[in-house]
Amino acid sequence: MSISAKNINEHSPWQEMTPGGEIYEGGTARLTKTGEWRSDVPVWDPVKCRQCLLCAPFCPDSSIPVVEGKRLDFDFDHCKGCGICWNVCPFQAIEMKKEVRE
Amino acid sequence: MSIRDRLSGNEAIAYAMRQINPDVFAAFPITPSTEIPQYFAQYVADGKVDTEYVTVESEHSSMSTCIGAAAAGARAVTATSSAGLAFMYEVLYVAASSRLPITLACVNRTLTGPININNDHSDSMGARDTGWIQIYAENNQEAYDNYLQAMRISETPDVRLPIMICQDGFITSHAVENILLEEDDAVKAFVGEWDPEHALIGRDHPLAVGPYDTCPYCMEHNVQQAEAMKNAKRAVLEVAADFERTFGRHYGFFESYRMEDAEVALVLIGSTAGTAKACVEKLRAEGVKAGLIKVRVFRPFPFEEIAEALSGVKAVAVMDKSEGYSGAGGPLFAEVRSACYDLKDRPEMIDVVFGLAGRDCAVGDIERVYRHLLKIVTTGETGPRYIHMGQRTSEKEVL
Repeated sequence: MSISAKNINEHSPWQEMTPGGEIYEGGTARLTKTGEWRSDVPVWDPVKCRQCLLCAPFCPDSSIPVVEGKRLDFDFDHCKGCGICWNVCPFQAIEMKKEVRE
Repeated sequence: MSIRDRLSGNEAIAYAMRQINPDVFAAFPITPSTEIPQYFAQYVADGKVDTEYVTVESEHSSMSTCIGAAAAGARAVTATSSAGLAFMYEVLYVAASSRLPITLACVNRTLTGPININNDHSDSMGARDTGWIQIYAENNQEAYDNYLQAMRISETPDVRLPIMICQDGFITSHAVENILLEEDDAVKAFVGEWDPEHALIGRDHPLAVGPYDTCPYCMEHNVQQAEAMKNAKRAVLEVAADFERTFGRHYGFFESYRMEDAEVALVLIGSTAGTAKACVEKLRAEGVKAGLIKVRVFRPFPFEEIAEALSGVKAVAVMDKSEGYSGAGGPLFAEVRSACYDLKDRPEMIDVVFGLAGRDCAVGDIERVYRHLLKIVTTGETGPRYIHMGQRTSEKEVL
């Protein structure tokens, strides 16, 4: 039986991992929280935002969820703070700030 | 019924490839392996195989093609030598770590430089740590037989490692010898088909091969690969046993020749074994208890079995057909001496580096090595443990 990506984590012994790290399903990147790499953080202003949706396709990490034609706040589990959305926003509805962690 | 024929080593490999009819052959020429893709191209042109014959622009590309094809679920093969193998170096590791069974016919030629096209083992010895299984042949028959066994070893589910079938450039690759070939149907039945559970195409689920491996996971995959290489020992013997049942010729990790009561012995790889056997017979006729171990499987290295075979021998010369430039001996010496460390009663052991870049090695040269071992046994003095043989020198020769 194939091993699912969700069943492999940093505590898995080598016997319970797939040969060569091969993956037998799609979309497994969402299981890995890469947002912690972020040093800058985008802050979205829903008032200034006109929902033009230019930011969402530019996001290299699919971290701007769009539901029923409207963008929501960032997926901070995967946003790496690259600032591309800030750069392309025509309405200055996104501001880049320093990430502050407790 | 076996078929009696006369073929060169390269012809024998190409003949085996035709019989197996692999899915993909990634071809790039380099002396002395060029004839393998050349003969195979004729089979393709004549419609004898339905292999996808991919003519690439380099050996880095030929191995990369094999990697892509094997990941897609295809049986992929290639052939190379010397600098061609060196140019594959990066992707040899990718093939092994991605656990892709690929078969490479390696026709051993020295590595440049200085530039030279003749035989020694520096090319495949340079790739000894890449994670590939390595099997070496003494003659054309063994090259053919090893090739027929290669895919089954490599594709064994708990092995899944690529495999190099090595033979000595020109000495066996271009010399025509008598050979026993097997019938096409018998070969196809023995080799069988490869139908991996996971593949990039033709399966009902997706597959990602070779993803980035972060620190918390990468060492676990390295350990898996190390375990796979240990499993390959079992697979080599299982396939050899079935080969013997099917075709009647016996193979193991190494050949022990007149070792039963040997007091002095050589350990070496490849075609020099034929020369050494002639010398053993000459010495045995004189009453000298001389023996020979011809290593067939270098990766995985049969540590325990080699040690067992050398226990009781008084003096051993390991003959390295590549330098290694460790400053203390060649790669075969390193393994054999390490293997014997666990013996309670270790033989005296020296390394003789010989035959580099095609330097000839005749029966008389081998005899000098045995005579030197006999002197070590008689005098109890081992002398220098790391020596070269066959080069011109202005100093007094050790041998």
